[in-house]
Order: sequence, then structure tokens, then C-alpha cells
Amino acid sequence: MYVAVKGGETAILNAGTLLAQARRGDPAVSEVSVAQIAGQLRLGVARVMAEGSLYDEELAALALKQAAGDQVEAIFLLRAYRTTLPRFGYSQPLDTARMAVRRRISATFKELPGGQVLGPTYDYTQRLLDFSLLAGGEAPVVAEAAQPLPEHLPRGIDLLGEEGLIEPELPPPGDPAPADLSREPLSFPAGRATRLQNLARGDEGFLLALGYSTQRGYSHTHPFAGEIRMGEVALEVVPEELGFAIQIGEITVTECQMVNQFAGSSTTPPQFTRGYGLAFGEAERKTMAMALVDRALRCAELGEEPAAPAQQAEFVLSHSDNVEAGGFVQHLKLPHYVDFQSELELVRRMRAAIASAQPAQEQTA
Amino acid sequence: MSATGYNFAYLDPQTKRMIRRALLKAVAIPGYQVPFGSREMPLPYGWGTGGIQVTASVLGRDDVLKVIDQGSDDTVNAVNIRRFFARTADVATTDRTAEATVIQTRHRIPEAPLAEGQIMVYQVPEPEPMRRLEPREAVTRTLHALADYGFMHVKLYEDIARYGHIATTYDYPVMVNGRYLMSPSPIPKFDNPKLHRSPALQLFGAGREKRVYAVPPYTRVESLDFEDHPFSVQRWDEPCALCGADDSFLDEVVLDDAGGRMFVCSDSEYCASRQHAGHTGPAHRAQRGSLAAARAGEVGIEQGKPVPASNDTASARLGRGPASS
Repeated sequence: MYVAVKGGETAILNAGTLLAQARRGDPAVSEVSVAQIAGQLRLGVARVMAEGSLYDEELAALALKQAAGDQVEAIFLLRAYRTTLPRFGYSQPLDTARMAVRRRISATFKELPGGQVLGPTYDYTQRLLDFSLLAGGEAPVVAEAAQPLPEHLPRGIDLLGEEGLIEPELPPPGDPAPADLSREPLSFPAGRATRLQNLARGDEGFLLALGYSTQRGYSHTHPFAGEIRMGEVALEVVPEELGFAIQIGEITVTECQMVNQFAGSSTTPPQFTRGYGLAFGEAERKTMAMALVDRALRCAELGEEPAAPAQQAEFVLSHSDNVEAGGFVQHLKLPHYVDFQSELELVRRMRAAIASAQPAQEQTA
Repeated sequence: MSATGYNFAYLDPQTKRMIRRALLKAVAIPGYQVPFGSREMPLPYGWGTGGIQVTASVLGRDDVLKVIDQGSDDTVNAVNIRRFFARTADVATTDRTAEATVIQTRHRIPEAPLAEGQIMVYQVPEPEPMRRLEPREAVTRTLHALADYGFMHVKLYEDIARYGHIATTYDYPVMVNGRYLMSPSPIPKFDNPKLHRSPALQLFGAGREKRVYAVPPYTRVESLDFEDHPFSVQRWDEPCALCGADDSFLDEVVLDDAGGRMFVCSDSEYCASRQHAGHTGPAHRAQRGSLAAARAGEVGIEQGKPVPASNDTASARLGRGPASS
């Protein structure tokens, strides 16, 4: 007797065991440790932390290990874990002007106070496979700078602000508390703080493509990389019982400030406008793309006609999350026999109707 | 906290309270989509996270849970979700519709009638019935506020103009309590009449889209139609091959690559309990190995017999008088 196609509990358990075996790989090769992943695959870990919205290198590395290196799966694992954590409160705003900078560059000024700091970057490497890494090598010795960087490095594009050439970056009237997208659903129209939150945990590939599209004529915003900086910033909270800020640690972030042209309007003289990007860890590509998209999404506020995909907030913000997108695209793997059966019945009936040149009639219920 | 290290039914009490508040609002405004702070769940978005969050929020220790997907208790996703709750909430599970107090479903409503006190939880991929006609949420919310559903009526009308009938077979839009247009989730339109004045509380959860909505017990749920094109449901020319039911939704099962196929109940529990009660279908009567031959013709029911529907069939006349079916 026929038994309907069923995936029993045993099959699911067996699939899980196969997955664990595939993840481990050849047992003759030593297992990669979470510390190795956190220490040596730091950029992969940073992306998982940023899009997983949880700053924890060890857990992000664990997620990457469990996901066999699949970033989107690792991001999903971290997000699902994050949901279960209690919320203690919110930190004070980060002051990136007081960042312990490891990298800081500007494409708009040849020289700026504090200087250009290249830091650990792939930018000027020649992309030749380094076969010496096949063997494993010694840790390089890094020469120390003659003098330390100043503790306070002003942001490069703030220099433009002194002349009124760039729009001021001020809190909105009344300085309302921003929405928390991890607790409240996204609603439209979405304010800039909400949009930036969405983009900060948005999929890097999606933002990259959208940002790229703005450079190819789909909403051109004439961007310049005003400043990109990466380093450690202090995280401060104000415990209720103390009433003043205390530092609870520091995190690595990358910040990108784009400078964009703006022709001006009847009320505003021509000036430069801004696009902003920020993400956990070393995430330059992500923050640059984010800044381009942020500026494109400000079209309404700046009186630009929203025509390109990157300017349409609902389109961008509703599709940026790779945990949502990955789940829904892949849900097509789930059985759909019932819906498909309904469609099959309809198509057969419509074909039969055409064959008999009679309008299709359904029995009414 | 349970022995698993997680909260009862996974979600923390504050999150459950937030979802219950949203559900109360949803029950108070039947068919209205209530935004809620949907959480990432340990199962992927699109795989029932909305339904899971709703179930987690309403589940108590004494509840008996049934989970179905495509009408069956044994499809992989149903097994997985049932396992999730058995593990995190340690509740009793069942495949008997009548025994369950909470039934989470994807794409079907059980064939056995529901009763007062039962809660149906639907997994919803796209809560907005007009989404494919108007992608912008800001616009669709306004249309709901104004009860301006002309879009949907025009779409259905265009179907009729093009094909001679409405070409929507599942996720067929319904009007709830005469006010809100609602997606019944991708159930076949065959199941739509079961939504109407159901004695059970019906809750809908869309996790990825962060919406919940509800149909309280005994609420009017009318499938959109026109006076001259009344709402109708799918029918089959043969009964279930296994249990002989001629009133259930049938899945087509391909038996070989020579066109052999048979039709069996999509509701596996309904089919099994009928067989247990001694009902048989054509596949039983045919000898083993010749199922394909058992297919057409030998069926002991009148060909083309309409699927019996409830006397109280919901056929909206778009406000133009009572149903005439």
C-alpha cells in the first residue's frame, strides 16, 4: 500500500548527523578551533557580528564554525541566539572622534590633521596568491611608529562644516530616542535613524550592489569618500543607580562619511551633503556601500525625485535583511503540494476548456 | 527556564506578553494586520516563524499540540516544528484533530470540524492580500484604513474577462466581518468555507513580515466573488484512493512514469481515521500492484459530483444581497 511521501523524525535526525560529519571533514586533519577562527578569519567574524547584530567574537566564530564557513547561515545562528538574550539597556552614543584609530583615510583632502593612516589594508597589495601561506609562516614583525597618533582625531569632513560648505549633522528636533528595529517592526515612512539601523545589519552583498547601482546612473549622488576610519571606540552606559556614564568595554567599528554634491534649492544655497555608514569590525566595503545607499535614500528630504531602486526606501529596507531573505527564498524547498495541486487542477480545467472551446465552468459550492 | 536552558516554549515572558497584546488587538479588530516585534527564531523565516511565535505565546503546559503541513502531520516541516515544541515546552502532541487544543498549520485546515476552545494557528508567508497588486506597505495600509478594495475586485474581474472565471486557487482573498480584506494564508480555496463562522479561534502569524491577525470564533468570513460568478471550490472526479472520501482535499500522487497516478487525502489523519473505521477506496479494492488500473472509471461515485460544502458557505456578494448558492 502506498504511503504518502513523509520525512520522518529519523530522516531528520540522520540528516543532522550527516551534516555534522560533513562539517567536520576529514578526521585525519586536525579540527579548526573557535579561537583560530576568531583570530585568523577576523573579517569573516566581523561580518557575522555586524549582520548578526551581536558583538561577540567568540560566538560569531563559533557560528562560523558550526555553519562550515557559510556567512549567511552563521549570521542566522547568531541572530537566533541574540533573540534569547535579556536587554539591559542602551549605551551612550559612540564618539568616533575619540576612536583609537588604526586606519583613517580621506579621498577628499591630500593632507589633514593627524594625517592619513593606512593601517591593515588589502588596498595596495597585489592580488597574487601567496603560496608561502600553504606552508604556514612566521608571524611578521611590525615596526612601531616614532610617535603615537593623537587621542582626538577630528573627522576630516567636519573641516568643511566650519565654512558652511557641508550640511550640519544635527539630531532631529527634540532628539527623540531612535526606534529599535530588533524590538519593533519596521514601518514606513522610516526615519533616517531607522534606515541606518536597517542598513547596518543589512546584507553586504545587497548593499554593495545597490551602492554600485547609484554609481552607474541609477540615482547618481556624486560621492567622494570624505573619510573612512576604523579602530576601537569606548562603549559607555549610564546605570540608573549611578547617574553618570561608565565605560563597559570597547568595540571595533568602521565608519564611512561620504561627501555628496547638492545643487541647492530655493531655500538652501549649494552645499555638500552626507551619506553615512557604520558597522562592527573591519568592514570598509560594507560601510562605503551603506553610505552610498543612505545618501540615495535621503532623496525625499533633499527634494530629489525617487526613481532608482536605491532611492526607494520600502524596496531597500524590506529586502536588505539576509536572514529574512535567505529564509523566504529557501522556503520554496518546503512542500507545496496543496497549492500546486490547486494550480494543476486549474490549468487542466483551463486547457480542457480551450480544447472544447467552451468557457471553463466550475461547480459552484 | 526548563531543563533545556531555554524558556518554556522558547520565547522569554516579555516577548510572549508583547505578542499576546498584539493578538488581543488582532482579536478585537478581526482581519486587521497588527504589527508586532517579530523575533528571530531558531527556524528560518518563511518556514513558519510567525506561527511558531503565536503558538509559543498561547501555549500552556496542559495544551495538546497538533502540527500539520500540507494537511499532513508527517511532512518534514511539521515534524520539525512539533519536535521544537516537544523539546522546548514539553507539551503533549497529537495527530488527532479532535484531541488537539492548539493546531499549527501550513497550507491546510483539517477536514474534521473544529470545536469551541480549539485554537488554529496559521503560518502566513505574506499577510497583505494586495501585496502583488501594490508592493508598497504605506499604500496598502491606507487602502485598508479606507476599506478601499477596488484593486482586488478589479483583479478578480480581469480574471473573469480573460479566463471566464476567477483564476485564484489558493490564498483566495476573504472579507472578515464585512470590514477587512484578509489573506487566509496559502490554504486552497477549498478550505475557505471552513473559515466562516468557525467555532475555533483562528490566529495568523507572519514572522518575516512582522504581522499577526485573527478571526475570532463565529466571525463572518466571506470569499470575494461576484453575483454572476459565485465563489466555488475545487472538486475531483474520483474519491480518495485509500479511504474513499469524496469530501476532502486530494493530493495527486504520481505512481510511475507512464501516467499512473492516484488521488489521496491531503489530511493524513482524516484519511487514516476513516480507514481505521473501515472505509476503503478504489486502491484497496484493486489488487496490490495495479493501482494505476484502479484509477478512473471503477470509482463508486458519481462522476463530477460537487464537493459537499457547508450549508453556511461563505459567498460574499460584495454587499449586494444574500448568497444564492
